[in-house]
Amino acid sequence: MPSSSVVAGATDVVAPARRISSYLYKHVRARLALLLAAPVLWLGLVYIASLLMLLITAFWTIDDYTGDTQVAWNLDNITSLFTDSLYATVTARTIGIALAVTLIDVLLALPIAFFMSKVAGPKLRNVMAISVLLPLWASYLVKAYAWRSVLSDKGALQWILEPLGLHTPGYSLFGAAITLGYLWLPFVILPIYGGLEKVPSNLLEASSDLGASTWTTIRRVVFPIVLPSIIAGAIFAFSLTLGDYITINIVGGANQMLGNLIYTNVGTANNLPMASALALVPIAIMFFYPAAVRRTGALKNL
Amino acid sequence: MLKKTSIIAAAAAISLALAGCSAGASSTGGAMLEKLGENEKTLSLLGWPGYAEDGSNDPAVDWVTPFETETGCQVTFKPYGTSDEALSLFKTGEYDAVAASGDATLRLVAGGDVQPLNTALIPSYADVYSFLKDRDWNSVDGQTYGVPHGYGANLLMYNTDVVKPAPTSWDVVFDGASQYAGKVTAYDSPIYIADAAVYLMAHQPDLGIQDPYALDETQLAAAVELLKAQRANVGEYWSDYLKSIQSFETGNTVVGTTWQVIKNSMSGTTKVEAILPSEGATGWSDSWMIATNAKNVNCAYKWLDYIDTPKANAAATEYFGEAPVTQGACQYAADANFCTAYHAGDEEYASKIYYWTTPISKCLDGRTDVECTDYSAWTKAWQDIKG
Amino acid sequence: MRISRASVLVLGALSALVLAIVYLPLVIVTINSFNTSMNMEWPPPGFTFLWWQKAFGSAGLLAALTTSVVIAMCSAAIALVLGTLLALALSRYSFFGKEPIGLMVILPIALPGIVTGLALNNAFRTVLGMQLSMATVIVAHATFCIVTVYNNVLARLSRTNKNLEDASADLGAGVATTFWRVTLPQIRTALIAGGLLAFALSFDEIIVTTFTAGANVETLPIWILNNMFRPGKAPVVNVVAVTTVLISVVPLFLAQRLTREPSGR
Repeated sequence: MPSSSVVAGATDVVAPARRISSYLYKHVRARLALLLAAPVLWLGLVYIASLLMLLITAFWTIDDYTGDTQVAWNLDNITSLFTDSLYATVTARTIGIALAVTLIDVLLALPIAFFMSKVAGPKLRNVMAISVLLPLWASYLVKAYAWRSVLSDKGALQWILEPLGLHTPGYSLFGAAITLGYLWLPFVILPIYGGLEKVPSNLLEASSDLGASTWTTIRRVVFPIVLPSIIAGAIFAFSLTLGDYITINIVGGANQMLGNLIYTNVGTANNLPMASALALVPIAIMFFYPAAVRRTGALKNL
Repeated sequence: MLKKTSIIAAAAAISLALAGCSAGASSTGGAMLEKLGENEKTLSLLGWPGYAEDGSNDPAVDWVTPFETETGCQVTFKPYGTSDEALSLFKTGEYDAVAASGDATLRLVAGGDVQPLNTALIPSYADVYSFLKDRDWNSVDGQTYGVPHGYGANLLMYNTDVVKPAPTSWDVVFDGASQYAGKVTAYDSPIYIADAAVYLMAHQPDLGIQDPYALDETQLAAAVELLKAQRANVGEYWSDYLKSIQSFETGNTVVGTTWQVIKNSMSGTTKVEAILPSEGATGWSDSWMIATNAKNVNCAYKWLDYIDTPKANAAATEYFGEAPVTQGACQYAADANFCTAYHAGDEEYASKIYYWTTPISKCLDGRTDVECTDYSAWTKAWQDIKG
Repeated sequence: MRISRASVLVLGALSALVLAIVYLPLVIVTINSFNTSMNMEWPPPGFTFLWWQKAFGSAGLLAALTTSVVIAMCSAAIALVLGTLLALALSRYSFFGKEPIGLMVILPIALPGIVTGLALNNAFRTVLGMQLSMATVIVAHATFCIVTVYNNVLARLSRTNKNLEDASADLGAGVATTFWRVTLPQIRTALIAGGLLAFALSFDEIIVTTFTAGANVETLPIWILNNMFRPGKAPVVNVVAVTTVLISVVPLFLAQRLTREPSGR
């Protein structure tokens, strides 16, 4: 029981606060409950409940004539996910792009994050950190359209590649992957940088002292420690790509992704039940992804 | 008119779709106004972006303020991105009038959301081009429901340096598209299926298509097959015209559907030409309609009248990039060539246009022995086509 | 760590390359903001300040900017509170349900924006019958911003010593005082970093926003979207992008200074 001797002037006004404090110190669960109440209620009510209510509509249908949603329980929408080849094709394509984007981002992020955290001096590190974050403030749309210009047949990329005898990927799945990779890069660099910062210097020095080359040290000491952060960054890149429907429209040529199907079902087709059924696909994918990596502690690095 | 399957979806629109709100209260659209009363103080409008500019985006672009001064009706304008959005937004009952494209107008009438118009109360209507009046998409059983804002055709544009000889038919994007593989474009919306239907009307007459918006299962299947074949040659579909302009400029696209405004916006570095091919083409004419229980019905009527007066119509259509609806507008256009460039008033040109109309299950060509495919079937088909 | 000279050069070169790639499109955007061509033709046929003039003269743009800033600040504030509470709970206590809660907090950002947007829209409009407004956007944004604050604070708390808090209690400080004078200073840098990232996330968010903003709320990304379609307005959006980047240098710089760990690594 804390004494009141050190805290200045335990007057009558303070007494109720004192009592609350004492109570809380004694009752761990009460403290915990107080801390958890607001955030858990918020997330539970605002998010989880909304999500469930949306997913329920996947089992409903729409009236063909008026277009209204009808509470007529059926599995048609869900089964069509499996029977209609369109959905399988688009899902596979979307996962493919998401994996490509993740790979591009991780490969680009690793050297720069390593340089920033282990090689660069404090001033340079600051400058680089700011430089990495700045592009986040230029609008997503503007950046996507800039890439549209870069990837075009008369764009900057063509200008660079032409002397080499190559051609720009243009408006294609690859073009979309590059652009999406570009858009999410800061989100991947940040956690990896954070993870690398946590690697103690003395560990690296010890490794060097024991005779390991730089590359061996990186491979066998740094990499295992930083793997959770890499996975965390990868989750960002993967999930942001999985649901995107805007960039593919701008630089993806005639292709469509899962997000487009969901989007047109909501907007053009006015078919919420089908859109919800389609929404189950990315949810299922993302459910397995974090659940699988949870054990590596990656989620702490988001 | 401009069926932009743009990437914005106003949340209210989507949300209303999600809410599954049923159609408006009345089922007949209510009674027609017999005579005008006092102007109310406000007016709430819904339309495509750029349809009612009041200077807040560009002080030089403003035809709303003169209206407000003249009538005392203060205007609030809400832009929408797609016709479906327009539908959902309008059903909230928060808007007095809407400028709707043909693929939405009939749905509004069927849903009882708009009232029949008394054209006697709209003096400027008399001078509107006759070929825009009492058409399938703005009138039902002889009763007018909408007055036109502007109109335009979906033309065929091609890069004159690359596409030779100069095409006169749509086959350069259909049967003959493989020579431009990867550089063909088409409009990104289910309504484009009608363009395939127009092509089939000329090239596969035994399918028996009378109206490109009235397709039964077999006819739709034929159109889908044609479009899937086209898909292999398409580099990019477009829904916002900035994309299309850029695409032609950089050479990523060399041939495909376009709007006159796109042709006019080309800088001249890349040489293009736009034509109305021999088979005809689809097009659009947007109509201003008044809500069934419009709060500010008098102001609404005043707006419908105002927007078809020559000066206002010239300002609005020239800004947007479409043809005006009255001959008088031509003298008010900033560009002396405006009316010629947009083929304003050219009845022969206009007669070759199959204006956007909502496909519904009751066949628009009058057939009763079959059921026609509706818009949701077209939407699913469009997803399948894109693959 | 002793890194070989060759490695330093290689890493340095790679980093420079990555930064070059990152900034190439931004350079193009900046040049395009002066581009006379309305279609953002490349290479630009000429240069003009017209778009800059139009941008600063546009009432609609300034309103959208204000809306975005307000929404981002409110969302970040809510996220700061909720994220910190959650981080405190999960780092200092162990209890049943700890892991599921940890998973729940990342869901809003792990699931695609369109799913989150749809779900919230459905909940607000259909189930609750509410009007969409700035409040609904703030609620949506705060929800997916919680995780950025949570993770930063959690990471920071895991590096601080719980003993300090116990000592404070032993010395007679109440719960509030302990938090205010012991815990808070320690997590201050994490709060700044988390808050700033939350602000950035909210400021540029478009997908969830389009589903929760309703007819009357126009954030900056939505304004940009609208204006890319208005006849002849497209180049103004480049001006907006350049401006937001330039303006953000100051707070980013300050944040860097404030979050620098006093002890070396």
